[in-house]
Formats: sequence, structure tokens, C-alpha cells
Amino acid sequence: MTMPYYVAPEQVMKDRADYARKGIARGRAMVAVRYADGVALVAENPSNTLRKISEIYDRIAFAGVGKYNEFDQLRVAGVRAADLKGYQYSRDDVDARGLANQYAQILGQVFTHEMKPMEVEILVAEVGYGSDDYQLFHILYDGTVMDERRYSVLGGDAEAIAGRLNESYTDELVQADAVKVATAALGGTERTLGADDLEVAVLARSNGRRCFRRLTDAEVAQILGA
Amino acid sequence: MAMPFFTPGDDPGANFPELLRRIGLGVSAVDIGDHVVPHATTCVAMRFADGVVMAGDRRATSGNLISHRGMEKVVQADRFSGVAIAGAAGPAMEMIKLFQLQLEHYEKVEGGALSLEGKANQLSMMVRGNLPAAMQGMVVVPIFAGYDLRRQSGRLFTYDVTGGRYEEQDYVATGSGSLHAGTVIKIGYRESMSADDAVSLACKGLWEAADADSATGGPDALRGIYPIVATITAEGWQRLNDDRLATVFEEIASEVRAR
Repeated sequence: MTMPYYVAPEQVMKDRADYARKGIARGRAMVAVRYADGVALVAENPSNTLRKISEIYDRIAFAGVGKYNEFDQLRVAGVRAADLKGYQYSRDDVDARGLANQYAQILGQVFTHEMKPMEVEILVAEVGYGSDDYQLFHILYDGTVMDERRYSVLGGDAEAIAGRLNESYTDELVQADAVKVATAALGGTERTLGADDLEVAVLARSNGRRCFRRLTDAEVAQILGA
Repeated sequence: MAMPFFTPGDDPGANFPELLRRIGLGVSAVDIGDHVVPHATTCVAMRFADGVVMAGDRRATSGNLISHRGMEKVVQADRFSGVAIAGAAGPAMEMIKLFQLQLEHYEKVEGGALSLEGKANQLSMMVRGNLPAAMQGMVVVPIFAGYDLRRQSGRLFTYDVTGGRYEEQDYVATGSGSLHAGTVIKIGYRESMSADDAVSLACKGLWEAADADSATGGPDALRGIYPIVATITAEGWQRLNDDRLATVFEEIASEVRAR
């Protein structure tokens, strides 16, 4: 009879975390930056069809980095949860905090109970009605939730990007500045990112009921060129 | 409520009503016996040069009583389409709400909007789903109109109780005053009208329906309640404001006075 090897739980968790982190670090990063009228979301993404950033609800956006099929599954689950809640109660009752908690439950569950953890990091962003009324919930592969202010960085090389953002961020940014600051932080000193390399969307209060809007490549090029 | 997760082979996709059934929130018809429920009445829609115009009165009636004076039975479905409903008000409003949600849900899940034809078919399925309720007297008959971005033109669809979908070329009217409103529009209709002429003709249709049908409400200057009139063109849905409608109906009133 073969005896199963004993592996310490600490080791199991560490191995899983390393596995997830490695997967996430392989992908490209994205940042969300708060500005006067909302939140700008900028991801390094050469694809024009496979999205990292998308709309969840009237005032809520989703962004994911890491393994595409895994965060896309989470995105669709979020859209469903939000639409169901809005249908069952009211559109005003759908909020980012509730969604972030549900995401955290799922990621935490998968991390401890499944064969492999999800190799994703996700962001649930929400804009309220006042200029300082916004939420950035950054959720890690193991279900850790961080409630961030001003900006949020997801994916590989996050520390360096956050460092650059910390220097260039100010509270008075307007939409175009926010996109520029985010792009510069993603690219760093070595690279200059163009509209083709980016996926850009905003959650802007001025957009009416549905705050989410994607910026076209032409719009991004114009912002970056100016 | 837990976040809905499905295995790949068992996924409801972008279908919101199916999702509702899966998690046990679907509704089924019940026999309401002889109860009288509010009914919504006359709506019209017609094509003009740049798109379509939709119009509907604001009255809901329960038998001989006016149960609501400000009902909105012409509503925006999404950016390029609208839906107008006549029939039992409760199920009709629920159907509109679900239809709007379904279009937005599809757009978000799939990452792109349905084609106009797809939207029309989706509504057809919803009307068919209401058939058991229709057999209990809760009939809902919508008009669907929108601007087809692929064909670059406005299109109209009308439905029957069983979900049958019929595309109309010129105009369509539904509800208790549809005979009067439809006749007025039929006589006044010209191909490729301007938006202003189309709006004016639609309003005339509603005026005559209100004049001859007790379940259709006319413009209510006393309370400032006017029919809902909207145009849908390549620029999207545009609802006319009450000041504009007040002018349109004042013109119609002076024409009638001069008869």
C-alpha cells in the first residue's frame, strides 16, 4: 500500500500562491486612475476584441488581468449578478461593494478547494454622484480585497508602475490627463505606448445613466498626441 | 444571493429570461378570474425619411374608469430602438422592463449589441411566452420600431398574441383606438416624409383616436400631460419635449376649430 506524502498546509498555500502569481506576472498590466469626473481605465492590450475592461452595470466597470478565460468567466458572472439584483430590487441597489465581496468569496473558495487557483487579479470600479464619490476594489487570486484610493494597479510589474503613478498623480486630473498619466506609468521610461497597444475606457458621471464608455483608438491617439 | 456560476455546457449565455428561470425567478400565468386590471391603449408608429416616429397616448383604463393618466407606454428599448405596448398594463410594463434588460444584458455579456432583427425576434419570443396569461385575458400586443444600422433605415414590427411577428413598411397602430389612429395615418401618409410632418401626422392620429375612443386619452393641457412622441434615427432615440408637443397639438386644435 502506498502512503500519500504529507505536505504541510503552509507549503500547499505557498505553492498555490506562487503558481497564481507567476501566471499573473506573465500578462500585461492595467491601471485605473481617478479623475475629476470619474475613473479612467487603461490596459496594455494589443487585441481589439478580447477585452480586459468592460461594463458591469450603470456605474460599475470590471477589469481583469491574467488568464483570459478565467477573468472573463468572472466578468460574465458579475454582469449576471448585477442585472439580477437590479431586476429583483432596483437599479440603485446594485453596488460595487456587494459585487467585490461575491468575487472575493469565489476566488477564496477556488484558491483553497480547487486543484489550481485562478490566475487572475480583478478590479471592480464604481463612480458615485459626487466628484470624490468612487470605489476601487482590487481583488487578488486568493480572495484578498483591497479598497484603494486615487489609483489601482493590476498585473505584472505592479510595484514599479504604482511607483511611477504615485509621482505623477494629482487630485486635479481631467479625463485626458488621467489617460496620459496612466499610459506613461504603464510604459515606464523604456517604452512609449501608442493607441494600438492600449485598451482605454472611462466611467464618467457625465455619460448619463450608463457611465461606461470605451474610447476609440482615434480618441486615444488624439489624447496621447496632444 | 450567490453569484450565478454555470458549467460550460450548461451556461444560459446572454439570455436573461432563461437566467431568471434557472435561478427560480421566472413567473408563470395565474387565473385572475373576473378581476378587471388596468389596460393601456393606443400607440402608433410610422417610417419617415430618416427613421421612425413612435407615439402613444397616456391613458390606462379599468373598465369604464380611468386608472392612470400619465402612463408611459412608448419607451426606449435601447439606443436605437423603442417599444410601444397596448394591452394589460401590468404584464405589459413587466415585458418592457424585461425586454430592456435583455437587450442591455446581451450587449454586456456578448460585448456588442443585437441586430435590429435580433431584437425584434427576442420580443416575439417574449410575447409568445405571455400566451398563457393572454388566455386569461392579459393580452399584450407591442409595436417594435428602431433604426437598423446595417440597412441604414427605420423599421417597424408588429406582433400578434401568439408572438407572430410582422414587419410593416409604412405605419402601424395598436390598441383600442388603433382603427381611428390608423385610418388618419393611412390617409395622410406619404413616402419619405420629413420628421416634422411625421410627428404632426402621428399626433393627428392620436387626436382622432382620443376623439372617438373613450379609452384613449387626448392631450391634457390642464395637467400638462401630453402623449409620448419620439423619433429614432441614425443619431438614436430622441423624445420630443412637452413644449414642442404643446405647439403641435395647438396647431391641430386650430385646424379642427376651422373645420
